[in-house]
Amino acid sequence: MRHLMNPLDFTVEELDRLFDLADDIAADPAKYAHTCDGKKLATCFYEPSTRTRLSFEAAMLNLGGQVLGFSDAGSSSASKGESVSDTIRIISCYADICAMRHPKEGAPMVAAGRSGIPVINAGDGGHQHPTQTLTDLLTIRALKGRLGNFTIGLCGDLKFGRTVHSLINALIRYPDIRFLFISPPELRVPDYITDMLSERGIEYEEVIRLEDCMADLDLLYMTRVQRERFFNEEDYVRLKDFYILNKEKLTLAKEDMLILHPLPRVNEISVEVDDDPRAVYFKQAQYGVYVRMALILTLLEIVPV
Amino acid sequence: MLNVGKIEEGFVLDHIEAGKSLSIYHHLQLDKLDCTVAIIKNARSNKMGKKDILKVECDIDTLDLDVLAFIDHNITVNVIKDGEIVDKKDLVLPKEIKNIIKCKNPRCITSIEQELPHIFILADEEKEVYRCKYCEEKASDSATLW
Repeated sequence: MRHLMNPLDFTVEELDRLFDLADDIAADPAKYAHTCDGKKLATCFYEPSTRTRLSFEAAMLNLGGQVLGFSDAGSSSASKGESVSDTIRIISCYADICAMRHPKEGAPMVAAGRSGIPVINAGDGGHQHPTQTLTDLLTIRALKGRLGNFTIGLCGDLKFGRTVHSLINALIRYPDIRFLFISPPELRVPDYITDMLSERGIEYEEVIRLEDCMADLDLLYMTRVQRERFFNEEDYVRLKDFYILNKEKLTLAKEDMLILHPLPRVNEISVEVDDDPRAVYFKQAQYGVYVRMALILTLLEIVPV
Repeated sequence: MLNVGKIEEGFVLDHIEAGKSLSIYHHLQLDKLDCTVAIIKNARSNKMGKKDILKVECDIDTLDLDVLAFIDHNITVNVIKDGEIVDKKDLVLPKEIKNIIKCKNPRCITSIEQELPHIFILADEEKEVYRCKYCEEKASDSATLW
């Protein structure tokens, strides 16, 4: 029995097969509409996350399975003081697979150690959110036609952004990727990541302004720059516009550049960009459902990887 | 001057930082062994000024001493057989340490699930970096010993 705790739990070859399956699901969803008949997914969400939870639930329903669970700790036995280890042993009696989100880092790993059913980490604090990374990878592969041989710009809060760190770690396993880190100095990508890239001889550059590197990019991964991350209001006001993507900045970009965003978007991408064919962040949400469908089928060993 | 006699078979752990012998006694779980143990505190040392020494009379396969490499590299381990030093054991950093240090990350699951063992995994042997098995937080120099 396998679990998914970290996007690196799967080898590159296993991910290829998972993405092949997701592509096949996208091409012919009806073929998979009853593959999970009689199976149940438990969504154990100890903190609210509507999008991730609904994406998992949609994935299971699309496969013909059923869903049960809770959507915040207050409505679960955790409010009575039950441990994650105990909860998962009970859930194992009720469901065939579990997606768990927890504010404490490592909670899904603790659950996996005690579980009788596969556990998927649906986000644990600031630690991992592997299905977001799988979604990003599938979106890039499906719309760019390849994983590797491109320049990707990661823009916004690169210091605290869990999805960004996780995506970098997943992408370095593919060939010929050049990273451009676009952020204010306060929100630079952590040293351990740039050190790791240097050690592996992977090309990267750090830039302050999005306009300065827009023309080089094959992919632009946007994230939110939060006001509260800045030391003072003055810096925030000075820098915030560098990280807002609008039509004007987009004129500098390649015709086939793709814009991704883990969502929710606040104001870092102007709504005027939404209709641009390069804006694929809403399609990303659809790929998120496909990759979760593929993951459920794989972990339930209905379609082995 | 206090004299502690020779041991026939076992270990002499020398050059322990003065005052640390009792904590090592617990980490090696010597309290659970039915054997003779001498704890010598504040012995005179040319190299260290003061040091602690532990003498443990036991079968030499009984103890897993690798944890000492994590606690203090400078400890020397003399293996004794028939009353003589037959080997000086090289300490190797253990791949995993359990309940030796506590994870200090307040967001780690170990901060709320009391019964969980605090496990750290050797993530980088060269740089001697250990990370929490659950949250991957780096074990800092100030990490609390159990």
